[in-house]
Formats: sequence, C-alpha cells, structure tokens
Amino acid sequence: MKYVEEFRDRALAERLAATIRAEVDPARDYNFMEFCGGHTHAIFRYGVQDLVPANVHFVHGPGCPVCILPIRRLDDAIELVERHGVILCSYGDMLRVPASKRRSLMSVKAEGGDVRMVYSTLDALDVARKNPDREVVFLGIGFETTTPPTALAIRQAEIEGLTNFSVFCNHVLTPAAIRHILDAPEIDPAQAVRLDGFLGPSHVSAVIGSEPYEFLSESYAKPVVIAGFEPLDVLHSVLMLIRQVNEGRVAVENQYARVVTREGNTRAQALVAEIFERRAAFEWRGLGSVPDSALSIRESYGAFDAERRFALSAKTSREVKSCECPAILRGVKKPKDCKLFGTVCTPDNPMGSCMVSSEGACAAYWTYRRAETLAEMAADRACVAAGLEDAA
Amino acid sequence: MSVMESIDREPGRRPTIRPDERVTMSHGGGGRATAELIRRIFAPHFANPLLEQGHDVARLERPEGRIVVSTDGHVISPLFFPGGDIGSLAVHGTLNDVAMGGARPIALTAGFVIEEGFALADLERIAASMGAAARRAGVPIATGDTKVVERGKGDGVFITTTGIGVVPDGVEIGPDRLAAGQAVLLSGTLGDHGVAILSQRQGLEFGTTIRSDSAALHRMVADMVAAAPGLALLRDPTRGGLSATLNELVEGTRLGIAIDEAAIPVRGEVASACELLGLDPLHIANEGKLVCICDARDAEPLLAVMRRHPEGREAVRIGSVTAEQPGFVRMTTAIGGTRIVDWLSGEQLPRIC
Repeated sequence: MKYVEEFRDRALAERLAATIRAEVDPARDYNFMEFCGGHTHAIFRYGVQDLVPANVHFVHGPGCPVCILPIRRLDDAIELVERHGVILCSYGDMLRVPASKRRSLMSVKAEGGDVRMVYSTLDALDVARKNPDREVVFLGIGFETTTPPTALAIRQAEIEGLTNFSVFCNHVLTPAAIRHILDAPEIDPAQAVRLDGFLGPSHVSAVIGSEPYEFLSESYAKPVVIAGFEPLDVLHSVLMLIRQVNEGRVAVENQYARVVTREGNTRAQALVAEIFERRAAFEWRGLGSVPDSALSIRESYGAFDAERRFALSAKTSREVKSCECPAILRGVKKPKDCKLFGTVCTPDNPMGSCMVSSEGACAAYWTYRRAETLAEMAADRACVAAGLEDAA
Repeated sequence: MSVMESIDREPGRRPTIRPDERVTMSHGGGGRATAELIRRIFAPHFANPLLEQGHDVARLERPEGRIVVSTDGHVISPLFFPGGDIGSLAVHGTLNDVAMGGARPIALTAGFVIEEGFALADLERIAASMGAAARRAGVPIATGDTKVVERGKGDGVFITTTGIGVVPDGVEIGPDRLAAGQAVLLSGTLGDHGVAILSQRQGLEFGTTIRSDSAALHRMVADMVAAAPGLALLRDPTRGGLSATLNELVEGTRLGIAIDEAAIPVRGEVASACELLGLDPLHIANEGKLVCICDARDAEPLLAVMRRHPEGREAVRIGSVTAEQPGFVRMTTAIGGTRIVDWLSGEQLPRIC
C-alpha cells in the first residue's frame, strides 16, 4: 500500500486543515463543485468535510456515469436482451439501476435474461469467443476513463474477426457537461448554482490532460484544480482553490501532477479518435440534452455498433415521480431535499440512480452520513411546520 | 503446518482412491455403495468413539451446565482455497458459532450433499481435512449423513455442520448485556478469508500470498471466559464483515458504537486487493476472528489473554460502545474525519463460506 497510505496521513491532513482554517475568509462562502463521483465518494469515505470550515461547501457534480445514464438507454439495453436475445455484458454497478416499471438488469437476469457482469471489456470479448452462435453486446458506459478500454475491445474484435461482438455505446464527455452546468443559469436562472471553482477529475484527466479545462478559466472565469482521489489530494486541492479565490486569480492548476499532464495520454486519445466520433447531442439524466457531450462508434467500425446492428423501438421512459436525482445531479439540490431519501429510497431499494452507484451523491450521504442527514431532514420538517403555525 | 501437510505426513493415511473414481447416484442410495463410501472415505478420517457406537444416533453423556446448539451450511466456491477448504471451514465455522455463546464445544455433526460425478479423491481430501480439523480442535464428529444429487443440481459438495456445546455457569453472553462505556476488541486482521477466496475466483485470479484465516477459536474463548466471566458479548465477523457484526448489535437499540479506523489491523496485501477491487475490508468475511465487547477495565487483561493464542496475536481495542448517535456505528477515519460504517448493500461476493 506504499504510495497510497502516504496520501491518507493523519498528521499531514491536520496540517493542511489548519492551513485551510487560517486562510479562509470567514466573511464569505466557498462553493466548490467536485465534478467527479470518485471525489464525492472520497470526501464522504474519509469525512473530509469534518476537516474544512463550515463555510467551505462541496457541491456534488454529475460525474457519475451510472447516475447520468437516462432511463431510456437502460430500457434499450433491456430490449437488447429480451427482444434480440443477446448476451449483455455489463460492469457490475449498472445491474441494480432502476429502469422503467421498477425493472433493472438484475431483475431481467433473474427472469432468465442473459445478463453477465464483467470486470473488463476483455472479459466481454471472451464471452463472445466462447459463444460464437450468440450475439454478445457490451454495455459501454463511462467518462473518458473507461472509453479507451472499450475502444481497445472494438479494435481487438476487428482484428480477431469476432463478428458476434458489438458495443452499446453510452460513453460521455466531461468538459461538455461542465460547460452545460455553467450555461444553465442563463437558460433558467432558478436553476443557478453559484460556483466558485471546480475540483477537476483525476482519472478522466489522466486520459484527456488538463488542457481541455482551460476554457473554464478563459471563458467562464472559474478556477479549476485537477485533484487526485486520495483525501490529502482533496484537502490540498481545496486549499489551492481557496488561494485562487482569495487572490482573485483564475487558472487551471494541477494538484495531481504525479499522474496528469497538460497533454494527457495521447495514445489513448488517438485510439479513441480512431474508433469513436462525437454525437451532436446526448440526453443526460438531470442535464437534459447536452450538445457534443457523448461518443458514438464511427461508421468504419459500424459492424461493432449495437445501435446499428439491432433495431431499437421508440419508448416513452419515465423517471420515478418526485425522485430528485435530476436536480441533485446538477448540484441544485442535496439528497436531504428529496422526499424519497431514506424513506422509500435506500441502496437496497433504490428509486433513482444516485442511490445505486457507489459514486452517486445519495448513496454517499446514505452510506457515510445518514445519521446527520436524517437529523437535518427532521429539523427542516420541524422548521416548515413551525413556519406554517406562525403563518396560521 | 497446514491441514494437507499434516495428513501427508501421517503414514497409513495414503489415499487408496483412484483418480478416475467418481461419486455416483448409487453412493447416495442407502445400499451397499453408501456403506462402502462411508467405510472408505469418512470412517477412517472421522474415527472416534461416538461414531463407532454404530447407532443411528450419537449418545452423549449429560454435561454440567447449559447446552447450546448451532448449525451452519457451507457452500463455498472454490472448494479448496489458500489456507483451507470446505472441510476445515465447515468444522471451524460451527465450532466458532458455538464458542461465540461462551460455550465449550463437545460434539459436531456433519451432513453432506454431494453432486453426482464429484471426484472421490477430492471428497477424500475434504474428509481428511475435516477429520484433522476436528481432531486438532478436540471435538468429535459424532454423527453424519450423506446424500447424492444428480449432476448439475449441486456444486461439487455442500456440507452442513451442527455443533453442541456447554456454557459454564456464570457466563451470560448476549446483546442485551451491551452498555455505554464498554470496550470493543478485535482479535486480529480483517478481510483475509474473503480476499483469499476472491483471489481464486475465475476471471479475477490474482497472484497473492494471502491465506484464509479459517481457524477454531474455542480455546482462546475458553481462556477469555475464564479471565473475564462477565464479558458481555462475543461475535465472529463472518459474512458481511465487521460492519455487519457491529451494525447488527446496535441497529434499533439506544446504543451506538464508535471505532477508530487507524486501530483496525488490515494486512497490506488485503488492503491493496481491496483498493484495486473497490472493496472495503470492513465488509469482507473473516473465518478466524472474533469481536469481544467487555467492561473497559477488562479490556487490557482480555487482550493479554487473546495475544497468547496464535489466533489472537494481533488483538487490539478498536473502539467503544456509546450512548451517542444510537443505532449507528461511527468511525473516526484515517485522516481524522468521521463517517458511518454501514452494512454492505447490494451484492455480497457470492458463496464465500
């Protein structure tokens, strides 16, 4: 565990926390969005909030690929299994996500559908090799981090002539989503979240580099610090953001320099560019249709594109009413603002995607801070009740 | 010395089973083939006076004290893993359940469900390991049963063991004894069993030196109970790990438990595997560890007793029972923050015990 435990050192954490306490301006609030669900998880897993002053707020962003996949796409995946009889290979965290009519890939599997959990795209290729008489579809999801392995699988399938393998592509792009969040207030001021800066993704940035975030400082005047996933990385990055804000500076800074460069992983980028192209727009749960925010498989690799290979019917997929996942994904609401949180919606019985994925904000609040969150919800209810009495 | 080594070193225990011999439906028919299976496979390894009474029942002398009974089905996959196999696990698992009542185990029973086509040599290996584990523990397998199911209707072999034990007078162990201020002790490192099993899973094989911690804890428990007869509670954190064990104790009660992440021992290899696979060592199964809750003043003497046993060498105090945040297990994290320790939700790794 060398090179990991160093980034969880308590004495260093306390020193960073003391520096943050000394430097924050108590007269103002600091709202920082951690885009990535991996950061949300690290913050809660280590109780990072307990080490920063109360006026430093973490706003949880939409960087959870499981959470932002619209129900419609999941219904399509189920249709691939049930109508087209494919073997659907998926990463484990998609299996319990609720689709329409309270179904999920897990329940489809229980009813006899051939859904298999894989740990990597290479496992999916293996399933295709071992089942030459069956159609095998890999459910590709994720941000720039998981796209290169999907690209690699498609290229490998072509090399091997695996004609029964294809990918149902749902890969999405980080910078487009951040731009969309920042544009949202102009579209609908009621949806505005005041953001003073961003904690930039770790793994995504290892692939794309820090350069694609430069528009944030240039066009939107928002500080960005690309942050590692360990708790000391997060604390250090928060300190760097506070300093930018206090000094009135706006820059893309790289705290995660031990992994991330400005250019990123150019070989991975080239591979992705060879296989994928940008979609004009893609539907995100919570954000709606976001231009240039997702990838599809190029025509030259069309034989491996499940969307070209199988006819998918038009659907009217519906979110669970009163599930606040969409607003939570935009950072507009917190899990405690959702009536379903902790009552009908729990990780064992999830109503929305944010409660399923270990990177989802609702799951983080439930798993790591349930006691405080439920107490806050009770206090909010009491406040409302008192307000009503006063009004009466 | 491992179970298999100890067997290999005993002359006269050389297997007489041919590698191509398989379990057939007639082995479960109750006729001559069944008797033959028992004579060749089980009797030599389980040999003890209770079994040799030759009845359909095992007759035990009535012991002093109160009797406890516990039963446990074992369906682990793979059947053989670093640090043990389904046979030794079936013995240790049930002995530990009995011991967690503060009891001294006096006898075990074993029921086998075997899949048609299972290699007889593997069955013998399992029986030898079970017999050796029972002998080492000093607890006889008093009676047993064998059934065979058609190919495809089992997964090699399932073993159900039941344990009978005696609780000394004056020992009153149970969750109703929990009170704020008590100490929470842990007998050693977390996650060894679950990660050892995981490392053998198809599609996940990773090279590791991690061995299952599968071990019988009743001797250590006997010394603990003798040293502090008033200890409040013993639990073995098996499926669901330490988090499930602690949550079970406080959920729905007026008490909470506070633990310190920095105090919890986890082997480096286990921590690395968890890191890679996105698992939390607090959720992973153990098969040779116990949690003890006792008066704070008994904590140090009990830790000293535990550390004298190989199974408790790394015993530590990890926290306390509290009156704050009742119903929750709270942890001070490695960096000094706090969080809840929740039950594992969703998929438990399938079939780990």
